[in-house]
Amino acid sequence: MSKYIAKAAIRGATAIVNEADQLLEAAIADLGADKEVAFTNTAYYLPTILGFTGKEVSNLGQLRDVVAHCKTLLNEPPGDELWLPYLGETLDSGAATLLAAETIEAVRFVRGQQPEKIDGLQLVGTSAPGGPGYANGPIDDIQLRAWGIQLVDGRMPGFAAIVGCARSNEAAVTLIRELQKRNILVFLSGNVNGRSIIDQLQEEGVEMGYDTYIVPFGRDTISAIYALGFATRSALTFGGMSGGQIRDILLYNKFRVFAFVLALGEVDDLKYAAAAGAINYGFPVIADTVIPQILPTGVTAYEHVVSMPFDDIEGDTDTDKARRMVQRAIEVRGVKIKITDVPIPVPYGSAFEGERIRRADMRVEFGGSKSTAFEYLRMVDSDSIEDGRITVVGPDFSEIKDGGAMNMGMVIEVAGRKMQEDFEPVLERQMHYFVNGASGIQHVGQRDITWIRFSKAAVDKGFGLKNLGDIAHARLHAEFGAIVDKVQVTIYTDPEKFEEWLAKAREAYLNRNVRLAGLIDSNVEEFYSCTLCQSFAPTHVCVISPERLGLCGAYNWLDCKASYQINPTGPNQPIYKGTCIDADKGVWEGSNAFVYANSQQAVDNVSLYSIMDSPMTACGCFECLVMLIPEANGVMVVSREDPSMTPAGMTFSTLAGVAGGGLQSPGIMGVGKYYLTSKKFIAAEGGFKRVVWMSSNLKAIMADELKQVAEREGDPDLIDKIADERSATTVEELLPFLEEKGHPALVMESII
Amino acid sequence: MPSYNSLDSAACEMLSACEGVVETSFSRADAMLPCSIGADALCCRHCAMGPCRLIGPHMTGVCGATRSTVVARNFARAVAAGAAAHSDHGRDIVFALLAVAKGEAKSFRIRDEAKLREVAGHLNVKTEGRTTEEIALDVAEKALAEFGKQTGSLSYFRRATIPRQEIWREQRVMTRGIDREVVELMHRTHMGTDQDPKNLLDGCIRAALGDGWGGSMLGTDLSDVLFGTPSPLKSKVNLGVLKDDEVNVVVHGHDPILSEMIVAASTDPEIIEYAKSKGANGINLAGICCTANEVLMRHGIPPAGNFLSQELAIATGAVEAMVVDVQCIMQALAKLSQQFHTKLITTSPKAKIEGADHFEFDEHHAYEDAKKIIRTAIDNYGNRGKTKIPQVNEALVAGFSHEYIRYMQGGHFRGSFRPLNDAIAAGRIRGLAAVVGCNNVRVTHDAPISQTIKALIENDVLVAVTGCAASGAAKYGYLKPEFMEQAGAGLREVCEAIGIPPVIHVGSCVDNSRLLTILTECATEGGLGEDISDLPAVGICPEYMSEKALSIGTYCAASGAYTLFGLPSPAAGSPAVMDMMLNGWMERFGGGIDFEPDIDKLIEKALAHIDLKRKELGLTEYDPERYGQSGDRLMEEILEQAGDFAPLNLYSVKDAAAAASAGNKQTV
Repeated sequence: MSKYIAKAAIRGATAIVNEADQLLEAAIADLGADKEVAFTNTAYYLPTILGFTGKEVSNLGQLRDVVAHCKTLLNEPPGDELWLPYLGETLDSGAATLLAAETIEAVRFVRGQQPEKIDGLQLVGTSAPGGPGYANGPIDDIQLRAWGIQLVDGRMPGFAAIVGCARSNEAAVTLIRELQKRNILVFLSGNVNGRSIIDQLQEEGVEMGYDTYIVPFGRDTISAIYALGFATRSALTFGGMSGGQIRDILLYNKFRVFAFVLALGEVDDLKYAAAAGAINYGFPVIADTVIPQILPTGVTAYEHVVSMPFDDIEGDTDTDKARRMVQRAIEVRGVKIKITDVPIPVPYGSAFEGERIRRADMRVEFGGSKSTAFEYLRMVDSDSIEDGRITVVGPDFSEIKDGGAMNMGMVIEVAGRKMQEDFEPVLERQMHYFVNGASGIQHVGQRDITWIRFSKAAVDKGFGLKNLGDIAHARLHAEFGAIVDKVQVTIYTDPEKFEEWLAKAREAYLNRNVRLAGLIDSNVEEFYSCTLCQSFAPTHVCVISPERLGLCGAYNWLDCKASYQINPTGPNQPIYKGTCIDADKGVWEGSNAFVYANSQQAVDNVSLYSIMDSPMTACGCFECLVMLIPEANGVMVVSREDPSMTPAGMTFSTLAGVAGGGLQSPGIMGVGKYYLTSKKFIAAEGGFKRVVWMSSNLKAIMADELKQVAEREGDPDLIDKIADERSATTVEELLPFLEEKGHPALVMESII
Repeated sequence: MPSYNSLDSAACEMLSACEGVVETSFSRADAMLPCSIGADALCCRHCAMGPCRLIGPHMTGVCGATRSTVVARNFARAVAAGAAAHSDHGRDIVFALLAVAKGEAKSFRIRDEAKLREVAGHLNVKTEGRTTEEIALDVAEKALAEFGKQTGSLSYFRRATIPRQEIWREQRVMTRGIDREVVELMHRTHMGTDQDPKNLLDGCIRAALGDGWGGSMLGTDLSDVLFGTPSPLKSKVNLGVLKDDEVNVVVHGHDPILSEMIVAASTDPEIIEYAKSKGANGINLAGICCTANEVLMRHGIPPAGNFLSQELAIATGAVEAMVVDVQCIMQALAKLSQQFHTKLITTSPKAKIEGADHFEFDEHHAYEDAKKIIRTAIDNYGNRGKTKIPQVNEALVAGFSHEYIRYMQGGHFRGSFRPLNDAIAAGRIRGLAAVVGCNNVRVTHDAPISQTIKALIENDVLVAVTGCAASGAAKYGYLKPEFMEQAGAGLREVCEAIGIPPVIHVGSCVDNSRLLTILTECATEGGLGEDISDLPAVGICPEYMSEKALSIGTYCAASGAYTLFGLPSPAAGSPAVMDMMLNGWMERFGGGIDFEPDIDKLIEKALAHIDLKRKELGLTEYDPERYGQSGDRLMEEILEQAGDFAPLNLYSVKDAAAAASAGNKQTV
């Protein structure tokens, strides 16, 4: 701290605790102490309060204890002379500020004042409760988990909590774009004299929402609490910590969540107080105005408070200055960022992955309903290609009218001493992410159902077909440099050549399918581990076999094998199966030993095919959750995207709290959704026929695959016999449904 | 009066007043040179065949004892006495806790239950589902057993780093029981027993470790349990804290049990009323020596001075009673007090002084005893004659327990030693120094303490002070947070970040055990090696006087600290013994004792050791120019210059400064 900041922060903390007290008492007087309080779609109650105090607050009355606790954390501000030490006291006051802010937001939720109304705000990809015209409010558990894997594997290095209003709209946009480029999540809140960076971005037409990694919480400082609620939940969700273990939660954030605060514009008492709260998490503060700096380190990993007066930053334009500011912020937090320079005329970064190109904004599309596009990556002899050579064979799209479609095939040829044929699909699948990273370009699908749209804006900036090759070349070298030495891309639009290569590609897809079908657990010598998430969930180990992919859905056996080639000391290590201990449950000596050694001795036995006996642990970013429904003699499968109530009496978010954090809990486990289609899916308990309930969105997304599973199981109508949230949200509703449909689980031997 | 007698202007003023009127230790020292044979520890009085004076380099005693044996034996006797003093003090605190646990000492209560539970953990006392009194009873009994233990090793050794414990085990110096080692050392030094200097010194280490990690540490911990764990507070220091219109009671000595009660009784309305009935405006408490530090740390009672101020306080004529307990109380006080109106009141059955009033204090009826003592002082108010109170005092901040030091580096939720370790590793702080110990009239009072501390903080060394060095430092404003302006840029930056003075007051001389805990926490926090001996840290006792200081120096060295004394070596008669204590111990324990009367050289040695340790740790080389950019200064300057002429352009230092200096020009 500095004395100046300590004084301001303690003043701010005292004021907001008093405000919380008054608002709470008024709300209790109006609505009663029993009035329920909750943030939307979270299993973590009021998460910051849960983290700090362990209290599961669910009504207004319980918040009184929280406010009383806040008061014990407040201190006298330091005097002008002969002052007493203030760092610890200020940080405590900061903690009080956070608890008070969350109390206030909870009260506002009860009164329907949160999320905040912001006229004309349209969020992309947000399922937040307000809908159009409202700020996002707290991030729900679903989104937290969806981002989880990106946060742990480093694709998303962390988050920036921006509070206030930028020096200019130009500065605001550049700050955001620079952060997006580095895939840093951006949380927005606060204002300066009534004007918020949210207003600035809205004026400049910047798309905000989960899909663009920009989340507007609200136009006041208090709403910044949602950023810390997100941080607290990261530790609870992925770190396996419980409410009340606040020291661990804060240290988890210091060491594993790379976040920082950008304070834009004048910093008032409340902002200082909130900043002191954030410093508890190890998050430093970078301001664009003149404020006292706190450069010694310790509570945060690097400097605590850095002042970068905006007008003094080197650079001719606000864009230059904003760029330098982001650069400095990243240094201060020590965020590790991998940037691949992709030589294309539009901005590039995975924050642009979620962009949608609407028909009206589209210049041209390849694939979709009106044309065909395909991607085919194959391994070739090193001498036969020239690295970096990108050729377009056939006409470009200049003759196609706006919004039109054309056929296009992209053939990517790679060579490398460590390249294997098995890796072709692994690398090919990456094209989805690679192409989507370009701003103004949308990519959907894969193989011959690829569908790419170019926006008018991107084409105006000069983006052309050849740039697809530039992207493939740059990213394959950057990500797979260990196995790929040369990359050559040929793009076919010439009708004859297109057909010729489409046929070749389809033949290759077929061969791969055959090979993949033969790839079963009993035919391989080694499985692979995935300990990527140990940076977040230190005792969790995924054992990935050909028939059971990683629970996040992002890594299958082939991916892991390739990853091991790329980085032999990385998170994906071969696990030699060794002697089989139990073939039905899927237990091997080798996998047990590996898990024991790599889970900090927390887990000594893992069944790959059982949910009841030593099931695999989970980090927190699983796609689906499978849970025993004893009354129905089966299991239910809840999708991460499904916010509805389940027959277990809990929503996904609440259940996930039980299944995550690297703990082994029989009867519940997190899985990747494609494991449902595996022959080994809970094979020890009888397999897929045990599924009595499944989120309807899963049924929809995986309709074809599930149909095949039903046929394989000898019960073609099986999927219709499985209930979902539309037919049953309680066991009482579920059982008659199953009886009526004649679900096979009812007559199977007892699962317990 | 020669001006070099004291750096303290209040002391000088009093010494001038005393000159030719009353004797003081200063005048007696002028009149008597130290015994030159005794100074080198070459006189052996351990049997009746002597005393033998081994003045020639190859002389032996009648029994054939060599100079090395005689010197080591004399050193050992001093360490035994020092360790005994601290440990016996600790034992008294344990007895007080025992009486409280049994409900026999109604005047006291347990003030820090959390600390009691922590201590219980260290002593393997179960806490779950038990009442405070049950825990306290077991803790007291286990603690007492540490004194009487005959085999095994001290329970508190488990609080040391693992490598340190291994060194002690390997070197066979682990204390078995606190009392046993003192008794054994007395035995070993008996005529014709241990006559191997190295073995004698190992005996010293065992006894001294029993002090630092035993008696003293228990004394500190259980004082905190009974009287509260200190946290920072403000007070004042020096003779100017005595008041002309109130009953002045000065507590002096070391044991906090009695003084706690005196503090409580002095605020009793009945007692205050009584004082007023005698024409006084109230009761003013002040302290001397380490009792002062105890009541300062917990209640903000101002110290009237340090060890050499004890006579000068009485000489003001304003002290109604000086209440003493144990250790460092000059016998001269008895005669001196009779020359003024002061009542010298002894309270410990272990420490009576001929000519003093003895009010035996017993924790079982402590409050009554304390009230009786204060009433006596009040009754004496009317006897006060002319007073001369120097109008000199200085403000201070004290009360840095190791618990608070943790807290101040991160608050309730993030407290740790990480910021301190980071600052050392980065070179903002060059290293740590503990400046501890006594006053010694053979050097200019407070001058070595002051010189050492100033030089250290200018060189970015963070200083912790205890004992009479602490009250000494306080007199010159070193314990004020504003003193950070005198520190090097990096240290100032850290002080400003936390809000501390560059010199932190850690407690009394028994509280040197807190330093062991602090250094151990630094070593285990990570980044600065694994043990105290790896840290860029030194211990310095610039004005050593008592035998306790030698025990402290010995346990610090054996715990891995390089420890410097600012006076001639008490082992000067044997270069071999001096070498064993410095280089021999350095090799075996990573710490040793060095005596360097030249304070300039002492400072050089301290900084050289710190830099050596930095180098061994592979830390960045210390560079005084590198840091110092943070803090309020810039902001304050801008705001001050701006005055009421806002608005300023907050987005630019240049603009803001320009606008501020231009007065009312608007730049936004």
